[in-house]
Amino acid sequence: MPETKFASATPLKPRARAIVVGASSGIGAALARRLAREGYNVALLARRADQLKSVCDQINTACGEMRAVAYVHDVKDYDSVEALLQRITTDLGGLDLFVYNTGIQHVISVDEFNFAADRAMLEVNTLGALAWLNPVAAMFHGLKAGQIVGISSVAGDRGRVGAPAYNTSKAALTTYLEALRNRLTRRGVNVLTVKPGFVDTDILKAAGAKRTFWLISPDQAADGIWMAIKHRKQTIYVPGQWALLMLVIQHIPSIIFRRLSF
Amino acid sequence: MTMPLPYENLAVLENFGHSLRAQAYVYKPADTEQIAAVFKFAKQNGVKITLRGAGRSYNDASLNGGGIIMDLSTMNKVLAWNPETGVITAEPGLTLEGLWHRVLADGWWPPVVSGTMTTTLGGCLAMNIHGKNNFRMGPIGEHVLEFTAILPTGAQVTCSPHKNGDLFRSMISGMGMLGVFTSITLQMKHVSSGLLEVHAFPVPNLKAHLQALMDNAPTSDYTVGWLDGFAGGKGLGRGQVHAARYLHEDEDPNPAKSMQIKNQVLPPTIMGVPKGVLYYFMTPFQYAPLWGLVNAAKYVWGLRDERYRQSHAAFHFLLDYVPNWELAYGRGGLIQYQSFLPKETAEQAWTELLTLSHKRGLSSYLGVTKRHRPDDFLLSHAVDGFSLALDFRVTPSNRAKLSQMLQDFDQIVVAAGGRFYFAKNSETTAETTRRFLGDETVERFRALKRRTDPNDLLESDLYRRIFE
Repeated sequence: MPETKFASATPLKPRARAIVVGASSGIGAALARRLAREGYNVALLARRADQLKSVCDQINTACGEMRAVAYVHDVKDYDSVEALLQRITTDLGGLDLFVYNTGIQHVISVDEFNFAADRAMLEVNTLGALAWLNPVAAMFHGLKAGQIVGISSVAGDRGRVGAPAYNTSKAALTTYLEALRNRLTRRGVNVLTVKPGFVDTDILKAAGAKRTFWLISPDQAADGIWMAIKHRKQTIYVPGQWALLMLVIQHIPSIIFRRLSF
Repeated sequence: MTMPLPYENLAVLENFGHSLRAQAYVYKPADTEQIAAVFKFAKQNGVKITLRGAGRSYNDASLNGGGIIMDLSTMNKVLAWNPETGVITAEPGLTLEGLWHRVLADGWWPPVVSGTMTTTLGGCLAMNIHGKNNFRMGPIGEHVLEFTAILPTGAQVTCSPHKNGDLFRSMISGMGMLGVFTSITLQMKHVSSGLLEVHAFPVPNLKAHLQALMDNAPTSDYTVGWLDGFAGGKGLGRGQVHAARYLHEDEDPNPAKSMQIKNQVLPPTIMGVPKGVLYYFMTPFQYAPLWGLVNAAKYVWGLRDERYRQSHAAFHFLLDYVPNWELAYGRGGLIQYQSFLPKETAEQAWTELLTLSHKRGLSSYLGVTKRHRPDDFLLSHAVDGFSLALDFRVTPSNRAKLSQMLQDFDQIVVAAGGRFYFAKNSETTAETTRRFLGDETVERFRALKRRTDPNDLLESDLYRRIFE
């Protein structure tokens, strides 16, 4: 673990503090950069140490002080989460915002049935999220303050032929976040569910998506998410026009939907 | 593998003034053994501990973001009281209110009190508080006969001016960074009446203001000034000085009556308004132009030269009888900036400070002046001169501007040979602290801390800001 020493605060210039899980690339890295720019001290977590470090260095160079610190962590290492959360909040001097962004997608062909791949996605996208969200929720519940952001996906809104387990993992996350919102709103904690559409990230490349539209960069996605954090929104689609499209898609009757190729 | 701390102990704590917040795990030890257990636990988990009494510091002195708060307010028993000699021994959580309630009927009063009686003895010693009689009685530390303490190492020590003198003079004023007081023995001051003779008179500018504090010191037991933070030009530093003295034996016809608690405290309503909601009527004045008017009105009102008798409690703790007065500053709360300057440079430096505050549009809502003399505690804030405490309203939009201004104030104060008080100081950096304390003092404090707290278990947000 690196020497962890965040930029200091003074009484009149306190620093907001955030944790971003899954910050080595894509939306997580972009959001971490954005949060640092907005004055946050940010703890960055990911499995890939080299990439994580370079995101950190980039942020600290841009801000001119230690605003980001890297913690190498595999979200499947569920048992280590509580102690790590404790340590990071001690290093940060508290916690105001928690973001779970980690997600993987294995490409499954239409006629393939692959438990190993399905399991891996559930373990990272869903169980990993639950391992973090539980202690974070307990902490915010005690504090009667805080904000939780879960990066889910439009993919969680329907089960499609091409991504059964990915859809399931994100649907589960969306539902879990909704339940968490219902449990925590009364304690003054805001829970934001983010459903990105096509964002130009490693996942999209790995998924080999051929027909993309409304494609945005991770930085554009981070802009939208930041505005939603700032205004304490509940659920957002990124970019916004997906809300309308998904409303339509969610209402396509099964008799038609099961014959579609996407 | 470390065990996570229990979430049920998590709480958001505030400073006095409600302008700062920090999350921490709160523990309330009931005895020395439990204090030792918290030290052990913190060491195992690699977490820092900050001590907290009543939480009445205006700054980050009793805050510890992400760490442990050891709240000593429940250790508040009086262990021994001798009405013949006026010597009292108490646990560190006893408040000044608890203290004077116990001793006044027997003809004694605490030798030094702060402007609020809600502070605890432990906190008073850690910050080495001063009162309106600092020029005469020094800080509270000079009236401590002995204390016992437990150090983070687990060692228990007894200190007095003659025994473990170095620890005595550094734990008092040490911001709670060297160890935890477990019992404190204090000498009370004998009084013949529950009343003070107060003389209030106006002062037209800063020069006259400081001169009045100086001139009245030899003949008064207490002096304090109110300063109009809005007045500029020729009236800069204008205000009202209160000089008070104890009554002699023959002046109070019925001392037994005036020393009763019920005759000390204010009535439950002020001008027909219940005290509990009085602050609400003050909130409309939280906007600067209106507050400027309040100050001007107060000055004009105070132009009369008045002599009257007032109870000890009313003279010292007026604000305690307006519950939640600090809420009158609005949701952002308030911050206080206090500087201590030698008598030779005070007028010049404060003229610069006040002028700067007017120029930046951040006038102080309330200014308080006092006369001081030096003392020999390690992290002393006192000088042979004066102090000026300025209240500033904090809003979300003025924080950055205010922070910058207070840092600019720091430069003016340090250049003029001034010092700061650690329960009120807010934006001072480690570099500035080193400049006013001097390298030798900082190193001596560090060496003591290495001895009493080799694992650096005791740290507060304040300590990290000014010593790292």
